[in-house]
Amino acid sequence: MTPRLSPAAVPYVLLSPFVVLFLVFGVFPLCFSFYLAFQSWEPTAGLSAMKFVGLDNFAFAITDEWFWKSLKNTVWLAMVSGIPQHLVAIPLAYFIHTSFKRSRNMVIGAYFLPYITSTVAIAMMFSTLFSTDYGLINQALLAMHQLPGLAWITPAQPVDWLGQAENVKPAISLVVFWRYVGFNTVLYLAALQTIPADIYEAATMDGAGRWQQFWFITLPSLQPMIYFGVTLSVVGGLQLFEEPFILTGGRGGTDQSGMTTAMYMYRTAFEFNDFGGASALSWLLFVFVALLTWLTNRAFKPRGPSA
Amino acid sequence: MAQRIFARSLRISCLWLATAFGAAFAQTVLNIAAFPAVDEIAKAAIPAFKKKHPDVEVKITSRAFADHHTAMTTALSTSSNLPDVMVVEYGYVGRFAEGGGLENLGAAPYNMQAQRARIVPFAYAQGTSINGALVAMPADIGPGTLLYRTDILKKAGLTEADLTQSWDSFVNSGLKIKSATGAYLVAHARDIKDIMIRADLKNGEAMYIDKTGKVLVDSPRFVRAFEMAKKVRDQKLDGKIGAWSNEWSEGFKRGTIATQMTGAWLAGHLNNWLAPETKGLWRAAQLPEKAFGSWGGSFYSIPKGAKNKALAADFIQMMTLSPEMQLAAFKSQDAFPALVETHKDAFFDQPIEFLGGQKARLIWREAAQKVNAVNVHKLDPIADEIINTELDKVLDQAKDVRTALADAKALLERRVKR
Repeated sequence: MTPRLSPAAVPYVLLSPFVVLFLVFGVFPLCFSFYLAFQSWEPTAGLSAMKFVGLDNFAFAITDEWFWKSLKNTVWLAMVSGIPQHLVAIPLAYFIHTSFKRSRNMVIGAYFLPYITSTVAIAMMFSTLFSTDYGLINQALLAMHQLPGLAWITPAQPVDWLGQAENVKPAISLVVFWRYVGFNTVLYLAALQTIPADIYEAATMDGAGRWQQFWFITLPSLQPMIYFGVTLSVVGGLQLFEEPFILTGGRGGTDQSGMTTAMYMYRTAFEFNDFGGASALSWLLFVFVALLTWLTNRAFKPRGPSA
Repeated sequence: MAQRIFARSLRISCLWLATAFGAAFAQTVLNIAAFPAVDEIAKAAIPAFKKKHPDVEVKITSRAFADHHTAMTTALSTSSNLPDVMVVEYGYVGRFAEGGGLENLGAAPYNMQAQRARIVPFAYAQGTSINGALVAMPADIGPGTLLYRTDILKKAGLTEADLTQSWDSFVNSGLKIKSATGAYLVAHARDIKDIMIRADLKNGEAMYIDKTGKVLVDSPRFVRAFEMAKKVRDQKLDGKIGAWSNEWSEGFKRGTIATQMTGAWLAGHLNNWLAPETKGLWRAAQLPEKAFGSWGGSFYSIPKGAKNKALAADFIQMMTLSPEMQLAAFKSQDAFPALVETHKDAFFDQPIEFLGGQKARLIWREAAQKVNAVNVHKLDPIADEIINTELDKVLDQAKDVRTALADAKALLERRVKR
């Protein structure tokens, strides 16, 4: 029996499922949104209703105070939810790495669980937890307020987490932090396992303590993974959408204080019916993400053994 | 051998022929896209429709409220996968009408304009686009009502008239309620703004932006609405509770929310799942200061790209113009009929148990006749968002009302000029 496919064609045929899917769901939307960014389009009138408007959509977005407000919200949320993720994940990974042997996978699994939990379940759980009058978080805070010595640090009144502008962002950050800290811990744990044990042995023989070992061996060895993890956090944080969207009921909360740029983009398209404007916003966001990723690269990328 | 091959090919041809004929004689499928609970109403109507069209298969595609409208936006924008019958909620009629992707049901061959007198006037106007085309046929409406707790009112020594006489008396009653029972007057101060900005509008007037593109958000009705909402917030008469939240349903259950201004359908929701245990404690009244408004409403429309337009029109006629269907939907799903002749039905005179035996449907019927139709503009969703955001600033950050409205105007004018 002769093969029906020539050997030269086989790789391309085998690759084609990915390539086709990528072209349809990756390249096409990308090009289409770029095209849309220069059009004014009333979507319900059909594809023929597009009108070329040049850079109008971009000019509008750049002078739009809501765009800047959403960008500020995004950066705030990315920083406040992102930085603690790494500050906690690195020591946590080190602790799990050094203190757990047999039960390590169970422990890390527990931390990883939020990352793979459905966003809808998370949102339902947290909106219940954050509930002003009936939520567990406020109940706990109020109970703590009764304890001696804690009264000055805890509120006497229930905190309106999702209804008061200044509380919305911290509440969202907490959820994002909770959700992704386990993911980063797994990253760092994987990196820790690649550090050769003999370096630590040598250091121990030279009389280095646990803290010195962490500071002079572990941290520098983790640098490539820190670079990777921070880049993921920067990109993910700036595209933050699901958590604020669901926690604030899709509106962004009081005074839009929890409305991220990705959310504003979505609302511009599907709520305000302006797909051209939304596409322009998405490209501006892309430029911003690219810029910050480049800065992260400058700050964290390992530069040879001397660095 | 040859025989066997022949027999086999014969079988194959037979099979092929059968398939081909099957396709030719396949039933016509009427596709309906809807959201809950209109999907249930449509489903219940299928047997009646099939009696008239036994050869037609009816297929209902049901999606959650927001998903449905996103899917319909996408279907209209690409002119693909369009249903024959599209259910549209009031909030989306304006923007779908703007795109021109919906058939004018008023003109030939549908000629539903001839039925105009049979439809509640404001609903008919809501289904009509700016250029006069009837793009959506009203099925059910949400006449506005004030639901209040009699037990709370009694404790505060108040009567219904104290609530409804004027907006000032409404807010003053709130003070008495607060001191006597600790309950909030309203769930959110925004609810008061929402009705006050539309209460005084006459037929054909616009809410935010008029036909000429003039932005109206600094007019006196906005100033008064904002000031009243601020007064309520400053005196801590609202619970800062958004609709459909946990606090909202808990507030109804525990009696910490004394009144709610909403569509008449909320009484049904309260009875069915929000707070069934409060049965008998609620009453319905007209809105304060003789305001009339409507909350939501469902419409039927036919996309221009639909395949079975004649059948679709038949189905829509049945759903919107048949008194039996309209009343059935009212009885089963609390869908208040848009068809006027049903309003004389004995069902309206029946007491509602949940409302302590009150004949509340008579109140809502009166409201349905008195609601004025506000002209819609395609920027209404964003205007709504701008106004709500500025109101947030007034309520939470003590921003001056006139400054807030001036800012809202500037934001909106920028969008109008685009």
